[in-house]
Amino acid sequence: MSQLLGIPPQALFGQLLLGLINGSFYALLSLGLAVIFGMLNVVNMAHGALYMVGAFVAWLLLSYAGVGYWGALVLAPLVVGLIGLVLERTMLRRLYKVDHLYGLLLTFGLALIFEGAFRHWYGVSGQPYPIPDLLKGGTNLGFMYLPTYRGWVVAASLLVCLGTWFAIERTKLGAYLRAATENPTLVQAFGINVPVMVSLTYGFGVALAGLAGVLAAPIYQVSPLMGSNLIIVVFAVVVIGGMGSILGAIVTGLGLGLLEGLTKVVYPEASNIVVFVIMAVVLMMKPAGLFGRER
Amino acid sequence: MPDGMHTKTAMLEIADLHGYYGESHVLHGVSLEVRQGEVVTLLGRNGAGKTSTMRAIMGIMGKRTGSIRFQGQELIGMAQHRIPRLGIGYVPEERGIFSSLSVDENLTLPPVVKDGGMTVPQIYDLFPNLKGRGSTQGTRLSGGEQQMLAIARILRTGATLILLDEPTEGLAPVIIEQIGVAVRALKARGFTIVLVEQNFRFAATIADRHYVMEEGHVVDMIPNDQLDANMDKLHTYLGV
Repeated sequence: MSQLLGIPPQALFGQLLLGLINGSFYALLSLGLAVIFGMLNVVNMAHGALYMVGAFVAWLLLSYAGVGYWGALVLAPLVVGLIGLVLERTMLRRLYKVDHLYGLLLTFGLALIFEGAFRHWYGVSGQPYPIPDLLKGGTNLGFMYLPTYRGWVVAASLLVCLGTWFAIERTKLGAYLRAATENPTLVQAFGINVPVMVSLTYGFGVALAGLAGVLAAPIYQVSPLMGSNLIIVVFAVVVIGGMGSILGAIVTGLGLGLLEGLTKVVYPEASNIVVFVIMAVVLMMKPAGLFGRER
Repeated sequence: MPDGMHTKTAMLEIADLHGYYGESHVLHGVSLEVRQGEVVTLLGRNGAGKTSTMRAIMGIMGKRTGSIRFQGQELIGMAQHRIPRLGIGYVPEERGIFSSLSVDENLTLPPVVKDGGMTVPQIYDLFPNLKGRGSTQGTRLSGGEQQMLAIARILRTGATLILLDEPTEGLAPVIIEQIGVAVRALKARGFTIVLVEQNFRFAATIADRHYVMEEGHVVDMIPNDQLDANMDKLHTYLGV
């Protein structure tokens, strides 16, 4: 079997792997967006910028503090999460009582400021970030060659996504989160400090973006524009999956990554727009998204 | 948990309470008092300020002035999430069962704030309808079962004062009877209960005293044993 529907299997599996990796990033980022949207009702336009900041924190740690990949994998999400906490406490919090649009505008402005600042300091050319020694090399699976680092990215993001899903859907803390998403006033009237929960949720959501940034650094290079390139597709993923749906974000993220990869093999010209075509179709058939509930 | 009924200590004292939702002034000097172990109802027409009084106690109101004291502690100015932690349980009018939570998750959601709360088996004895429904989605229960669940989840927390906002609203008579049995059982257990009711026939079977509210303040207080003598007056107040 040297060809499958006229496509060499090497090319097919290669593109599917690439799609799976993109899909892992879509899933991680749209998961954070979904968590934030569910709880805060804010469309976090700063998500891509904070993903970029995560990658830069990893690069800065390596360049100036000698902290390697594994240290950055822990520290960068913490730093980004802290930035998120400060943003929520000082700015976003003031906007919950007004129209959602203001939250969107504020975070959009923040994204521009983050990107502009990093562009100003580091230019747009992109900084290389080395693959950690442990994850160098690859394996020949027979039908394709799997670089170890890429396999790691897929596994790590799947693990984080499923862990997050489990924490939200199956634990007590998650029950508070789901309840507060539905009726924050009542949850507060049971004695839970909802404003603190909201801050932590935002911090956690953007920390996921920071983590994605570290995972991405060795693959895509570290550049101020890496977030804005990705975030438009991620928003499409969130819309297709259904705003605020956790499982929807994960499944749709991975699924659309794969579909994009497949399109690259079958009809490369359409690969950049296939996600948006699907978004348009889904919006027409099911306005709340594939996994969303009508509000 | 308080043991004796009708001990004379005031558990909840509200004095000259004014409350606002944004610009609109909804409570105009509410004053009332609830003693430990008592069941007290707030009667009145729609819009008289009964639900608003409950929300003011829980701090779910933009601005409040005057005084609300629970076991001597002033609630006005206290952080909203600390009020229930003093031992006040709130069952809102709309019941507030969470659709994204199972019955079990709904039941165990409110954190335990004090020792002495009821155990889950005790709660099932009180509300047998909830037994075996643990994994059902909360909002798939019938209206009456949702009301039972809304009361049940407060009983676990160790709250000693329970605010019940219209527990019989929209329920069939046979269900209302079950709710009544449960509320009387809670009273016998020593819970202090403030009950908002439109249905004063139901209220009369449970309460020790009735406060009548009109236009955002208390206009009268009728002990339950004098209810018959005051029936004409009450009819005028409630417009029934």
